[in-house]
Amino acid sequence: MLEPEMTKLSRRAFLTASGALIVALATPPEWAEAVQFDSAAAAGVRPGKLSSYISIEPDGTVIAYYGKIDGGQGLETSVAQLVAEEIDVPWERVHVVISDTAKCVNMGGSTAGNGLRQGGIILRQTAAEARRLLIEMAGEKLGIAPADLTVTDGVVHSVSDPSKRISYAELIGGRSFDAPVQYRGEAQQLTVKVQAPLKKPEEFKVIGKAYPRRDMPGKVFGTLEQVTDLKLPNMIHARMIRPPVAGAVPISVDEKSISDIPGAQVVWIKDFLGVVAEKEWNAVRAAQQLKVAWSESKPNFPGHEKLFDYIRTAPVVAHSGDPKIKAVGASQEKRIGSAEDAFRQAAFILEGEYEYPTMSHASMGPACAVADVREDSATVYTSTQKPFDCQLGIAELLELPPDKVRAIWMFGTGGYARDAQGDATADAAIMSKHLKRPVRVQYMRHESLAWDPKGTPSVSRNRAGFDANGNLIAYENITKSFSMEDCNTRERHPPDTLAGMALGHPLNWRASYGTPGNGYQFENAHWGWELVAPLMDRSSPLRTTHVRDPYGPPLMFGSEAFIDEMAVHTKLDPIEFRLKFLKRPREHELFAAAAKHYGWDTRPSPRNDQQGTVATGRGFAYRQLGGTYIALIAEVRVHRDTGVIEIPRVVVAHDCGLIVNPETIKHVVDRQIIWQTSRTMYEEVRFDDKMVQSVDWLTYPVLKMPGVPRSVEIVTIDRPDQPTSGAAEMACGPLPAAISNAVFDATGVRLRRIPFTPERVMAALARGPERVVKASL
Amino acid sequence: MAQNYTLNVDGKPHTVSVDDPKMPLLYALRDDLGLNNPRFGCGLGQCGACTVHVDGQAVRSCSIPVSLVANRRITTIAGFGTTEKPHPLQTAWIAEQVNQCGYCINGWIMTGAELLARNPHPTEQEVRDALADLICRCGTHNAAVKAVMRASKA
Repeated sequence: MLEPEMTKLSRRAFLTASGALIVALATPPEWAEAVQFDSAAAAGVRPGKLSSYISIEPDGTVIAYYGKIDGGQGLETSVAQLVAEEIDVPWERVHVVISDTAKCVNMGGSTAGNGLRQGGIILRQTAAEARRLLIEMAGEKLGIAPADLTVTDGVVHSVSDPSKRISYAELIGGRSFDAPVQYRGEAQQLTVKVQAPLKKPEEFKVIGKAYPRRDMPGKVFGTLEQVTDLKLPNMIHARMIRPPVAGAVPISVDEKSISDIPGAQVVWIKDFLGVVAEKEWNAVRAAQQLKVAWSESKPNFPGHEKLFDYIRTAPVVAHSGDPKIKAVGASQEKRIGSAEDAFRQAAFILEGEYEYPTMSHASMGPACAVADVREDSATVYTSTQKPFDCQLGIAELLELPPDKVRAIWMFGTGGYARDAQGDATADAAIMSKHLKRPVRVQYMRHESLAWDPKGTPSVSRNRAGFDANGNLIAYENITKSFSMEDCNTRERHPPDTLAGMALGHPLNWRASYGTPGNGYQFENAHWGWELVAPLMDRSSPLRTTHVRDPYGPPLMFGSEAFIDEMAVHTKLDPIEFRLKFLKRPREHELFAAAAKHYGWDTRPSPRNDQQGTVATGRGFAYRQLGGTYIALIAEVRVHRDTGVIEIPRVVVAHDCGLIVNPETIKHVVDRQIIWQTSRTMYEEVRFDDKMVQSVDWLTYPVLKMPGVPRSVEIVTIDRPDQPTSGAAEMACGPLPAAISNAVFDATGVRLRRIPFTPERVMAALARGPERVVKASL
Repeated sequence: MAQNYTLNVDGKPHTVSVDDPKMPLLYALRDDLGLNNPRFGCGLGQCGACTVHVDGQAVRSCSIPVSLVANRRITTIAGFGTTEKPHPLQTAWIAEQVNQCGYCINGWIMTGAELLARNPHPTEQEVRDALADLICRCGTHNAAVKAVMRASKA
């Protein structure tokens, strides 16, 4: 059931509506409200109004109001393409306003790679609707039936007599579309329905073309203002002070210890502690120099080396078989047939466990935000991925009504998920309220790595049952982990930020996890998960949340590596084995495209034909998520003398439906593969019983040039008849398994713990091939 | 006691008043001169996001005291070229559409430019070696190599 928003309809539209949800709008001036430049803001943001999505400036520039963000992947460029296509204005003349809560409808910010799938399609539809209404207006003005009208570059004209014409600017420039839009849901669930049909693929002139990234020149010439660059009048610089032991709180602060630093002062409210100074370096120095006495704290963390044993033995506090789980937003288990019964019939049971470590976002730039809090209102400048939730969280933190808080999203460092940007925004807001002036907070490197919310470490347990003839009859995949939401992925309430917790709010934990994305049609199967309790009840540096592709690598490393073990057991080629259980033509076409591009020879793993120091192998992995299909092949060279794994080549076959920009998508997938290579080969948050020990790029090593896959080759499959599904993170998921499978192909040895450091490779090679086949019960 | 230093940045002299002579150049550039680049990445000289040229050499401005660079020729990415007169690497960077977030870009372009100044026609391996100590958290490494190679052929 669609929920029309009936308030604020113009009188004429309302009268004509008479029960119908959408009306053919008549005389232009009645619904084109007279407002000045940047009309949406003036007209008030409402999801039921067309003006909140699309407006036209006096010079004919089209403005699209995008309630999501662009984390560096070119969405601004692609969104402008969608709008330009439907409204028939050159791409250069479409301007995209990104997530200013005073101007844009809440489209949920960034999530699950749905920037085009959800937010993009809304602007595409509303642009089409705006074009339809403009043609109607032109028809009245020109006295021509709409059927004889078309649009070229923002000018409506008669098809039979092109000299009869009127431009968008003349029709509505500088005034807003006061026309209704049917909508349902909100934020990430927001969808709209309009009268105007979308263009058909054969009509596309802008969609499918490789327009260059709009943000690139500003980045290359150093002129693009990121949130770190913002300077407000009377702004002061701040740095936060974090405890040396997790859970410790300040019990005394020696303000004299920074008295020699010009302008430095302490901000201490409950457990919230920071320093400020007029000059940034003085704030940095003050933070280094401030003497603080901390309370005793014994967090008793298990330490990163014993973490997986801890997860294995810790009590389960929530699981996917609980029917109540879905109510809190977590995905339930998936079952086909009865795996339990089938395992009891099995002649052989194959088992395999895989371990995925704790990850930091490890953003290139530490989190940064600016807040300007006044007596009865506030503005925050943030590069959080969820600006609308940030607005609500800040309002609650400052005890202001939500409409008195404006969150303005700005470009920032690539965080790619719920990194510490929202925490920094809350810190800045608290400081600004206290100091009654604008405050800029930037985290330090140690703080960014140690205190950002973390990606979930997990143990993946897999079993496969085979009958006496070697046929697969039972399958089970269970991931045991921490919740994806020790810390909420949106900063909607004070407990979701470090500042809120420092002011007394406990951790806002909820059970949240999922199952690996694939389409295997096994006869009897069970995919599920189990969660252990968070390590601390507040402000933990190990609090878990979404990192990029949260349900990808941690779940799929185990699931797709174990599928490979199953293929090995049945002595089948890994692609051939998978296709036995995949029914969709898209999956078969995708696998064929990857295999053909790579030059895949059909044979089982391992090779068993290499004696030298360097062994070469290839591994396959597959993933399906939200309508995007990925087939990934990694090639490795394993140096048996050093344990170093080289990755000379990665081939990705990628099907995400309609491709909006064929260059942008290749860039996004190429960068993802390199990003996930870093996670797979290098990254792991180290910690002892008291605190995170990964505090810089030496103690949290990441990929540098020597470890980069030399050749990342992307085969895109364009399906103009299918909706655009998304490409922002889906290729990350299958990479760890593909590399592990390739190492097995090369050496007969399986890597079961990420990252694949040379030490772990050497240890695995020394152990040699495992015996993994177990007799049935 | 504040001290004054003259900094020659992007061809223009500036006087900055500094409370601490150990203050890294980065803070003079960003905080005192109001330049948006370079950027703070680690403050430890480990990542390259703050890279500028000092007398033509790529230097990590987070780790060099302002007192050591007074009166020397400092160039930031903004002084390197403009949309009207771009440096060949800036042109190549746009042509290859290298970046995602772009936070690390100073390190890559300034280090690449230093390489091309001493070795105008490097091999791909020489480019990879020259860029080996930089961090990018978006995974633009191969694209950056392509851009430097493209600029070397321009």
